[in-house]
Amino acid sequence: MKTSEAMLGEKELGLGWHPKRVLLILLIFSIVMMFAAFTSGYIVRRDEGNWREFDLPLSLLFNTIVIVLSSATMQWAYFMAKRDEVKLANIGLLLTMVLGIVFVFGQVHSWGDLVAGHTYFGGSDANPSGSFVYVLMGVHAFHLITGLIFVAVVLKRSLNYQVHSRAMLSIGNATLYWHFLGGLWLYLYLFLLLNH
Amino acid sequence: MATNLPVSAQSQGGVGTAPVPHTEHDDHLHDHEHHDQHWLWKYVFSQDHKMIARQFLITGIFWAVIGGVLSSLFRLQLGWPEATLDWLQPILGKWIEGGKLNPEFYLALVTMHGTIMVFFVLTAGLSGTFSNFLIPLQVGARDMASGFMNMLSYWFFFLSSVVMFSSLFLETGPAAAGWTIYPPLSALPQAISGSGTGMTMWLVSMVFFIVSQLLGGVNYVTTIINMRTRGMSMSKLPLTIWAFFLTAILGILSFPVLFSAALLLVFDRSFGTSFFLSDIYIAGQALHNQGGSPVLFQHLFWFLGHPEVYIVIMPAMGMVSEILATNSRKPIFGYRAMIGSLIGISLLSFVVWAHHMFVTGMNPFLGSVFMFLTLIIAVPSGVKVFNWLATLWRGNIRFTAAMLFSVGFVSLFISGGLTGIILGNATLDIQMHNTYFVVAHFHLVMGSSAFFGLFAGVYHWFPKMFGRMMDEKLGYIHFWLTFIGVYLVFMPMHYVGIAGFPRRYYSWTGFDAFSQFADLNKFISLAAILAFFAQFVFIFNFFYSIFRGRRATENPWNSTTLEWTTPIEPGHGNWPGEIPAVYRWPYDYSKPGAEADFIPQNVPYSQTPSSNLPYERELAE
Repeated sequence: MKTSEAMLGEKELGLGWHPKRVLLILLIFSIVMMFAAFTSGYIVRRDEGNWREFDLPLSLLFNTIVIVLSSATMQWAYFMAKRDEVKLANIGLLLTMVLGIVFVFGQVHSWGDLVAGHTYFGGSDANPSGSFVYVLMGVHAFHLITGLIFVAVVLKRSLNYQVHSRAMLSIGNATLYWHFLGGLWLYLYLFLLLNH
Repeated sequence: MATNLPVSAQSQGGVGTAPVPHTEHDDHLHDHEHHDQHWLWKYVFSQDHKMIARQFLITGIFWAVIGGVLSSLFRLQLGWPEATLDWLQPILGKWIEGGKLNPEFYLALVTMHGTIMVFFVLTAGLSGTFSNFLIPLQVGARDMASGFMNMLSYWFFFLSSVVMFSSLFLETGPAAAGWTIYPPLSALPQAISGSGTGMTMWLVSMVFFIVSQLLGGVNYVTTIINMRTRGMSMSKLPLTIWAFFLTAILGILSFPVLFSAALLLVFDRSFGTSFFLSDIYIAGQALHNQGGSPVLFQHLFWFLGHPEVYIVIMPAMGMVSEILATNSRKPIFGYRAMIGSLIGISLLSFVVWAHHMFVTGMNPFLGSVFMFLTLIIAVPSGVKVFNWLATLWRGNIRFTAAMLFSVGFVSLFISGGLTGIILGNATLDIQMHNTYFVVAHFHLVMGSSAFFGLFAGVYHWFPKMFGRMMDEKLGYIHFWLTFIGVYLVFMPMHYVGIAGFPRRYYSWTGFDAFSQFADLNKFISLAAILAFFAQFVFIFNFFYSIFRGRRATENPWNSTTLEWTTPIEPGHGNWPGEIPAVYRWPYDYSKPGAEADFIPQNVPYSQTPSSNLPYERELAE
């Protein structure tokens, strides 16, 4: 017979999440704070005047559709891994990577469109409004590349049959991170649409 | 059962380890226990949180000496402005020109002193050391959530240190725009020579530093959330852990903002953008930069900068709470109020940053909002101070060196905190802004007192870190010299500041209004340099005791928390056997009816029937 004190010692602690999941969530919070700083700086700066309006190139809409699609393929890969359909999961991960790479190149292409529309990053013709667009896109693209590396690592593990219904941690974390990056871009795109 | 408590409390190993199955975190650590590790993996690229803590501590001590030397140099200039400093030529080389300190180098000294002390000593050296050392030991974990990330955290800090240290030896000098690096001064290499390569290296170093802080911070939080031992609920955590927890959260939320600001500044400096620059003429030449806002930088900087001062002070608060309770042989007064006030300070720290910017021409209404929020911080701070004093009240006080420094911490925190109420008022701040009054305020409230917390922590946990005791007598000498020294430096500084003497001025003898303070400045300089030399007592004591100190026992201070249940020199994995379970809060000192005057956290209530309160009796049944 156990005393209530002994039962106390068996009580489950923590949030029931794996430490690596918690680490990832905390890192996501720090990325959120970084972009909160950029976008609130953007608004503060805009309200001070001397702010050149700019047009967002249409190619950004294309990139946005690509990254939303990549989130869908990532989620699909996650479901396939959960059902032990390893081959399909690999295809899903590969598709995600391809779409991710298309997105990064698409963003670089959009920079070309921005320059063509006379929105510059630096130099004597630049205004902070345009510089902010490049910074937001660039820092996001940097994080997307870290996401691509993460997905590539998961793909390698999956090719070695290390990702399946009883080993979902890595693909689960990668999916969370990838959705976060997609959501972050949606936020930035809407932010720029509403505040340019 | 009760009769064997004192014995079991001292041997402690097996007490309270009820036969409960292993938790899932136990297993992954056994593969780390390599017995003949190569020294490179044991001492250098170690993933053991205790070794990483010692690395942080020793690097922090190195930086503290550098920071102290820099301050002694500029105090020489301020105290004896007419003196010839030729004798410093062998060290400073071309920065001594015709027996005088180069004025731009003076600015670099002030800048680097601030940067080094705030970031490298009191952030990395303080919370890096003690969060690493105490979190796994006090929550009952074998190591951090990710030992590898923890190791990276130290090595990013090391890299950042190397970059910052090398910048001291640059031809053009290190960064010289103040530790707050306000543009446009910091953004334009044409402005001062320190804004050239020195500033670039400052920014690179800070980027590495921020990465280090984030890697460390996410690890601390995860370990506290996920890896507590059985029974260690959040309401049984020692206050040290609560302080480290909230400090790490502040770091995770505020350092990325500094990163953003630094990145934009890098673009302004090197890529021709104009985030912070506008309408600038240098030597009659107009710069192309248009449309930037230097005040935006201040907003971004202080959004980190203000939480940063709490990142510095909160670990010290946590350790002082723990040390005061242990050495007063009394429970901490108002345990939950202590946690509540830490949470209150943490929340408020994010909504007061503009009180550093009252003179930027901000809307007076906005200023009064920030003033109101700032003054509210006095409430949780007051709660903490009264609780510390109430803990001491009628305690059975043991004046160990750690205890002296903790009491000194409370004293300095009160003295510095009172002037915070003055500076928090926008109208008074506009008068006092950028004077030595501000310097005196923050050096007392977060500089010296955080240093006192750091010393208290080192004296208190040294036996667990190195298995030996530090010398108490040298500790007393160190304490009294430092304590008296700090007050002799910063009390007179308030008067100089009230008279309007501005910060960061190289020389003031040209102004009639200030030349009457020559004697006072000389006095401050003398006290500062003597207080700096007193620190060598500590450094000698520290390094001597590592090798030759008296051997420590398992629990030299008769303390209740889990780190004292480990062997004298815990190996990788901390406890040789099973991790002890926790049954009670960490402050069962002098409990009425108990056999000993302390009951460790891992002693079940069923073993202490004589001291159990009614509700505890129910738990044991």
